Amino acid sequence: MIVFLIKRLLNAAMVMLVVALLAFSIFRFVGDPIQLMVNEQTTQAERNELRENLGLNDPFLVQYARFVTNAVQGDFGMSYRNQQEVMSLIAERFPATIELVLMATIISLVVGVPLGVLTAIHRGRWYSEGLQFLSIIGVSLPSFVIGILLILVFSVILNVAPAFGRGEVISIGWWTTGLLTPSGRAALVLPSVALSFYQITLVMRLVRAEMLEVLRSDFVKFARARGVPAWRVHYRHALRNCLMPVVTMTAMNVGSLIAFALITETVFQWPGMGMLFIQAVTFVDIPVMAAYLCIVSFIFVALNTLVDITYALIDPRLRTARV
Amino acid sequence: MTDQPPVLDVRGLRVDFPGRHGTVTALSDVSLTIRPGEILGVVGESGAGKSMTGLAVQGLLEPPGHIAGGEVWLNGRRIDRLTEREMQKVRGREIGAIFQDPLTSLNPLFTVGQQLTETIRLHLPLGRTEARARAIELLAEVGIPAPAERVDHYPHQFSGGMRQRVVIALALAARPKLIIADEPTTALDVSIQAQITALLRRLCDDHGTAVMLVTHDMGVIAETADRVAVMYAGRLVEIGAVDQVLARPGHPYTRGLMGSIPALGARVPRLMQINGAMPRLDAIPPGCAFNPRCPDVMARCRTDRPEMRGKPGQGACACWLMEREEA
Repeated sequence: MIVFLIKRLLNAAMVMLVVALLAFSIFRFVGDPIQLMVNEQTTQAERNELRENLGLNDPFLVQYARFVTNAVQGDFGMSYRNQQEVMSLIAERFPATIELVLMATIISLVVGVPLGVLTAIHRGRWYSEGLQFLSIIGVSLPSFVIGILLILVFSVILNVAPAFGRGEVISIGWWTTGLLTPSGRAALVLPSVALSFYQITLVMRLVRAEMLEVLRSDFVKFARARGVPAWRVHYRHALRNCLMPVVTMTAMNVGSLIAFALITETVFQWPGMGMLFIQAVTFVDIPVMAAYLCIVSFIFVALNTLVDITYALIDPRLRTARV
Repeated sequence: MTDQPPVLDVRGLRVDFPGRHGTVTALSDVSLTIRPGEILGVVGESGAGKSMTGLAVQGLLEPPGHIAGGEVWLNGRRIDRLTEREMQKVRGREIGAIFQDPLTSLNPLFTVGQQLTETIRLHLPLGRTEARARAIELLAEVGIPAPAERVDHYPHQFSGGMRQRVVIALALAARPKLIIADEPTTALDVSIQAQITALLRRLCDDHGTAVMLVTHDMGVIAETADRVAVMYAGRLVEIGAVDQVLARPGHPYTRGLMGSIPALGARVPRLMQINGAMPRLDAIPPGCAFNPRCPDVMARCRTDRPEMRGKPGQGACACWLMEREEA
């Protein structure tokens, strides 16, 4: 288990170094950073001095090492646009995105898993086939369409939920949360539902496919032959054997949700990292983009590593296996 | 022993599978009984309906398959009309099951102890610690060394033969009167096979458990069973005491099955084989289903189906040759 852990962590570190290299290359080679920082009146001498001061004349590897060292300490430099530390900009936006993504994930599991089990057990019944059909719509509808439809129905027509923003937030240390105020909670509903829609259908279809597979297996039949009641066979014996891919997919998707929540965030004017990134792209704010790339990749890699470790906890066969 | 009422009494069992292209009859007119302490071997080629018979008795037919006729009596109670909920109490409690592949019959995510105590507590009014004690007892009974330690191990930590012992322990968990063992030795090494059949035999003798031993291996039947039922294309073709059937097989199919076992020590240039394959269940020829492959086929075999009739001595056989012998 220890060897397994160390191996996974080394793996993760390697991936992060490569990502950092990529982010650094963008930072260093897409356009001239000096050009982006100074205005027209700056003389060539001043430019050269600035270049020397910023260490841009150092060899590539030295600069890369410096970038990594700073990044590990959470220092991604200054934003070109608002002359603020990139890290504090992201830290400001981070809680909003995380709350949105976690909410969407919880919704997708709470709704998706039981639906998947039901449609697998009652395969062929009309409601099961109906849900299956609806899920195809869920997979194929782009999330901004769902977002706009939700806004139209619940904010414009019914006027029961706010259409944009995060509502009132409360600060707990550096974290700001909308979960503790009524307006914050209300504001969270529509975006998280919109974001979870695709996830629900994905989880449901995955659980259904896995369940159908597991229900055919011998140990399920044998459990029935031992007189285990049907619900227990389904929810204890079969479902637990389906959870591996669900755990993987959910964890991986938390990563992609964070990365791609930017569409939902734009639709709902949600002040998260996605919005920050969109703004950074508009203004060619390269330090913000590089930092965003690094942080999202870090979340991806961290989740992947966690998934691997969780595997070992769910499946006893992996615990003792020599890796 | 023969005076005791049978544990299992199957009368004229018929199983249908309605499908898009009409209904396929997988079993027809299967009648057999098993008495306490008796091992009935059910033998035949793949698809003859051996496993189907076991599943039908347990009420585990895959829909749309269902019992379309006949009766199943277990310990004097008719069970083929019970609801699913009532059947759950029969399965495990009154009928224990052993499956073919011990590698896949156990849930990989639970320890054998969890699976044993689950079965025990479903059927017997025992507390957690009592159930665990009984689980350890059961493991010891089926010959697993260091059961107190092994009870907390996961299935993957056992070898194939040991897993089959665990499966047998699970089948025995609530001391059922009947065990249906579906090819219990097929997936095992030959040396382990003998141990498992010996174990079954011993449990049967010790507790008076009746066993339906489904197998395609005449050798296993000869060694283990008291009586044998031979099935072909969803029907019984011969049934009787093992020694009698082996000594004087009535049906040409039974003879064919026996001819394909090599005898130790005897120098046989070539084993006898039954030509051709069993017909598909939706294309059973008229008359005797075996007639296209039968070495002794007669004209009437192609038109009229022989019914089961008593042979001289004990047992019964469905073949027109019997009539000729009687005459």
